[in-house]
Amino acid sequence: MAEAHPVGFQWVMEAKARGAKIIHVDPRFTRTSALADTFVPIRAGSDIAFLGGIVNYVLSNELDFREYVVNYTNAAAIVSDDFQDTDDLDGLFSGYDPETRTYDPTSWQYAGDEPAADDEQNPEMQRETASALQHESHGSGVKANPPRDETLQDPRCVYQVLKRHYARYTPEMVARTCGVSEEQFREVCEAWTANSNPDRTTALVYSVGWTQHSVGVQYIRTGAILQLLLGNMGRPGGGVMALRGHASIQGSTDIPTLFNLLPGYLPMPNAVEHQSLEQWIEAVSQPDAKGFWANASAYGVNLLKAYFGDAATPENDFCFDYLPKITGDHGTYSTVMDMIDGKVKGYFLLGQNPAVGSAHGRAQRLGMANLDWVVVRDLFEIESATFWKTSPEVATGEIVPEECRTEVFLMPAASHVEKEGTFTQTQRMLQWREKAVEPPDDCRSELWFFYHLGRMVRERYADSTEERDLPIQQLAWDYPTHGPLVEPSAEAVLMEINGFEVESGRPLSSFIEMKADGSTLGGCWIYTGVYKDGVNQAARRKPGSDQSFVAPEWGWAWPANRRMLYNRASADPSGKPWSERKAYVWWDEDAGEWTGHDVPDFEKTKPPSYRPPDGAAGVEGLAGNDPFIMQGDGKGALYVPQGLIDGPMPTHYEPVESPFRNPFYAQQANPTSKEYVRPDNPSNPSPSQGHSEVYPYVFTTSRLTEHHTAGGMSRFVARLAELQPEMFIEVSPELADERGLEPGGWATIITSRSAIEARVLVTDRLTPLKVEGRTVHQVWLPYHWGEGGLVTGDSANDLIGISLDPNVLIQESKVGTCDVRPGRRPTGPALRRLVMDYQNDAGLTTAHAVEDTKESQS
Amino acid sequence: MTSLFRENDLWGPLDPSEEAGYGEDRPKRKGFFTDTSICIGCKACEVACKEWNDVPADHFDMLGSSYDNSHSLNANQWRHVAFIEQPKRLGDQESGLRQSVDLGMPVMAPSSPPEEQPPDGAEKPDFRWLMSSDVCKHCTHAACLDVCPTGSLFRSEFGTVVVQDDICNGCGYCVPACPYGVIERRKGPDGAKNVGIAQKCTLCYDRLEAGQTPACAQACPTQSIQFGDVEELRERANTRVAQLNDAGVMDARLYGNDPDDGVGGAGAFFLLLDEPEVYGFPPDPVVTTRDLPHMFRRASAAAAVMLAGAAVSFLGRRR
Amino acid sequence: MARTFLSWPVLRQLTGADRLGRGAAVRSRNTDEITARTETADRVAKSVCPYCAVGCAQKVFVKDEKVIQIEGDPDSPVNRGRLCPKGAASKNLVTSPLRQTTIKYRAPYATEWTDLALDTAMEMIADRVVKARNDTWQDVDERGQRVRRTLGIASLGGATLDNEENYLIKKLFTAMGAIQIENQARI
Repeated sequence: MAEAHPVGFQWVMEAKARGAKIIHVDPRFTRTSALADTFVPIRAGSDIAFLGGIVNYVLSNELDFREYVVNYTNAAAIVSDDFQDTDDLDGLFSGYDPETRTYDPTSWQYAGDEPAADDEQNPEMQRETASALQHESHGSGVKANPPRDETLQDPRCVYQVLKRHYARYTPEMVARTCGVSEEQFREVCEAWTANSNPDRTTALVYSVGWTQHSVGVQYIRTGAILQLLLGNMGRPGGGVMALRGHASIQGSTDIPTLFNLLPGYLPMPNAVEHQSLEQWIEAVSQPDAKGFWANASAYGVNLLKAYFGDAATPENDFCFDYLPKITGDHGTYSTVMDMIDGKVKGYFLLGQNPAVGSAHGRAQRLGMANLDWVVVRDLFEIESATFWKTSPEVATGEIVPEECRTEVFLMPAASHVEKEGTFTQTQRMLQWREKAVEPPDDCRSELWFFYHLGRMVRERYADSTEERDLPIQQLAWDYPTHGPLVEPSAEAVLMEINGFEVESGRPLSSFIEMKADGSTLGGCWIYTGVYKDGVNQAARRKPGSDQSFVAPEWGWAWPANRRMLYNRASADPSGKPWSERKAYVWWDEDAGEWTGHDVPDFEKTKPPSYRPPDGAAGVEGLAGNDPFIMQGDGKGALYVPQGLIDGPMPTHYEPVESPFRNPFYAQQANPTSKEYVRPDNPSNPSPSQGHSEVYPYVFTTSRLTEHHTAGGMSRFVARLAELQPEMFIEVSPELADERGLEPGGWATIITSRSAIEARVLVTDRLTPLKVEGRTVHQVWLPYHWGEGGLVTGDSANDLIGISLDPNVLIQESKVGTCDVRPGRRPTGPALRRLVMDYQNDAGLTTAHAVEDTKESQS
Repeated sequence: MTSLFRENDLWGPLDPSEEAGYGEDRPKRKGFFTDTSICIGCKACEVACKEWNDVPADHFDMLGSSYDNSHSLNANQWRHVAFIEQPKRLGDQESGLRQSVDLGMPVMAPSSPPEEQPPDGAEKPDFRWLMSSDVCKHCTHAACLDVCPTGSLFRSEFGTVVVQDDICNGCGYCVPACPYGVIERRKGPDGAKNVGIAQKCTLCYDRLEAGQTPACAQACPTQSIQFGDVEELRERANTRVAQLNDAGVMDARLYGNDPDDGVGGAGAFFLLLDEPEVYGFPPDPVVTTRDLPHMFRRASAAAAVMLAGAAVSFLGRRR
Repeated sequence: MARTFLSWPVLRQLTGADRLGRGAAVRSRNTDEITARTETADRVAKSVCPYCAVGCAQKVFVKDEKVIQIEGDPDSPVNRGRLCPKGAASKNLVTSPLRQTTIKYRAPYATEWTDLALDTAMEMIADRVVKARNDTWQDVDERGQRVRRTLGIASLGGATLDNEENYLIKKLFTAMGAIQIENQARI
């Protein structure tokens, strides 16, 4: 956190000064570790084993926060008799189909709910469409009232299922798997549990490298389970805090530029199940479930009205048919493969540098070299604009400029001070930026670029009589413009996002005001309220020192300016704070409403004693003690009956590339990971496949404080470039000895994708670990360099292959295997020969080997 | 001539701005307290300083000395963050790197020779990573200022020591005078301002004039760099040392805070977790002009030359 | 000569309180007049750091239509005026001499860049978008399902852009039937 989010780390230091204990778990000792009370070195890729061990510690010693767990989580829910756990099936859950490498989740359901799974789309389609991402605010689609045993004694209740599942995650197994000493592990267990009770809370903070694993979603699930068991969710000082890495990456997920989502986590319709507005809405609202998704028809209709304006009417289902339909995986990695295969014509890159920043850099660049055109919009001449003349593939002869047909438009972008608009930061807070100066020369905002591109495309289709061009012709695209550059009004766009009454133009103050009849429109329901009362709430700047610690009048947080989600859980079932020290929101009996420091995340006047009538669903179905108001049963999910591809509970699997067999089960890796099995995307073999010793070391990558991601905003900035001027690799003294690596000299790092070179930094901050009775060396690489900018170097992402988490289709780029040897890498065609030699040694060059890779995953 | 000097003019405790002729209405002496125990080594101070003071970026080579690529304090580096990786324990910190690593077990690397095996259960030494942001000390008795023949270096009303770029003629007398090796003439790069003249931290004199906090202290994410009245900062520093000692960090000590030290106490002082040398500080700095009065008595001619030099230089600059 | 002989430092030194000529006596006129450049800025824009997602508030000082300083906004309850090295380098980012401010175009099979006017480039891009869409249009997929889309146009980026920008990007691409629209959140 000190490395990649130093300013956020001030609050950790403040907590430490007030007595908080800081524990840092990481493969290497970082600037965060330097200031922590305890550093726990861990083998990259073993986090579920580690956290699962703590879950086991909590459950086997019954240290859970029982009143919280019984009332606020699904611990009491009874799971179907048909469910079989990984203990029974040696690493698989019931319902696995080796043909499709997916699960049928029918047996995972709550008792009595089993047929519900049949209504769902098929699991293969769910994986292809990264459906779990939609659940960011969806919650799992479970029915409202599963059978419960509040004594938690029923052997089929979630609590007992969970307890059995994690029983084998003993301290010994943690030590064996993670390389963490039992002593240190126990220290973490004790500290975490001792600090979690009515009077105290523990926060879990992760950086989004956690998502970059083939089991990334289940990493975070394990953290969530632990925090629910210990009563740390929805309470001040608790929670699971994701430190996201880009100024508005939260915003670009909420208002997504993602293939499977529409604004507000509405799913992009797929061709199989969503051919009508009704089908689409029902898939979201889940009529039998509790919670606020019940109003999905209003959210969906308001979006369609915002997109297609007057053309969207109740008679034509608000132009639902105009939405294109997805049929599977159209994610960025799938698209890159399609580029290599010649299926894609044009590519827009908007402040993104995949030639350096995406996994498998060679595939990225070969893909771009096989397009008709690329439009790069950036501040600098980044590598993704120059792949045709400076990329490593030009040196190897794989890209020949004279033979590369791709047209490239490098369009200069306006910087953050040259345009106005909102960023959404990592805690869901929108902050409006004022424009300071006009952009220089031809630099333009994306708002300008896309507004005018849309205008020009619409001009070209204005006279078309083709039915397929109707969505373009009828698109609501009239935004006011201003100034000499004819810049569209960002405030007008924000107003459309917020939503308003069509007739009067009155801005909506809450998504509760959205109507499904076409009388209101709004582009992103969760953002409704940001323009409440016609005031740009995101522009509020009341000094923090002049308001409460929650600071509700600085910017605006979705939803409804609520700064902490699920904060109903900060009060006990009767509505009183768990303790005075941890009071946050509570029920005011006299006033008959919820009140507190923050906007309560609950219906304001629904008393804690409220119990829904039989058969009630939706908002009405939420009881007064159901804090998790977006979940189908109103409860925090210790166990996920549906919505996840790879199982209802996190289970330790080895990374796709690992020097070890899975110590827990015969099943080696995530059986459902998304793989692109093709010769240009090989995986280094695991022990079961043989030859894993060819790539004997574990590598991981991350950021340095001094640089930003793929370097587009730091390598071209002198004051940052000089602070970390060269690509380097961190190795332990033991590995340096073993491999003859000279401090300050060069090392070559080799995987089955590529080989790169880096300066050697020998440091005690890396240590060999003992795993499964063997010593394993881990090396660490930053990934900020490419061939452009003031400081240049090889790109760590060239080493990484493409294997994805099945739930969200994010790549496993935080752990892999490699070899490290002294000296610089070969240049020109010799570079490919080196990589091929290693592939040969590892038995990867034949089609047979590729099939083996696939086998071993299943 | 000797009556020019009073007690403590060049040695011992003193309010330097009073001594430099500023009246009763002068502000309190300003300085930095850098608490290295909470430095996260982010280098925001280095960047904020360069951005505000237009100090050029001029070195794009990797040192290989932990994360330090800024070399040292110099004309183009007015803040410098040192990184020290040490086989020592930090208070009660459990570094996790002390655990026994039995390297005797089979190693994954196929081609590596059998390893030398440390005795079973051999412990690696402990580990800590120290970081510290260094800066001009703004000495109570500043030798750079004492030897400056042009009056370019002057004592501000805030008690700080500042180069006046419009006066400095680049003679360089100040460079060897500094006991910390802070001040230096700017050698480049081409096109940079003030090439050839002495450069160092001004404690953001221009910002102080406007009632603002120096750029580095304002940026510092964890408030490792604290700006304020020196008197108050000294108290704060003492409290902090006591706090750390109570917390088991017995290494915590102050550097540069003592008005009785060789420079009369620094305006910028530090809480360190090891000996000063470890961070690259001189252990017992002494103002290099300490013996100046004595020398004056014996060699007033030299002083006359010095003053004459100042006058000539001054006239030269005014043309 | 702007100064009189009476302001000569040695005289000031010998006649004033600054006997050693180390302080008040040697101040230059520049020194006397110095103030922070932020004090004389024409305006201050309230902004937000463009790097990570902590969301540190920045103050952008502008003089003569140039950015003269960017620093943390002490009012912010997020960062309390503080910035990391990247945030502190924001002025360097936006004023970097390496910034691309005009359009570069690489024709098919070319070995060098050429220049293009903004209007020309926009027209060319619009033509290519329309052509790619028309050439790759699918009313139905290979299984006969209605999809009304193109798989010929992809986009990557958005995590460093504004919400309003992402909104227009997704809206326009969706209306055109382009679905391979992705950003860093997938990476």
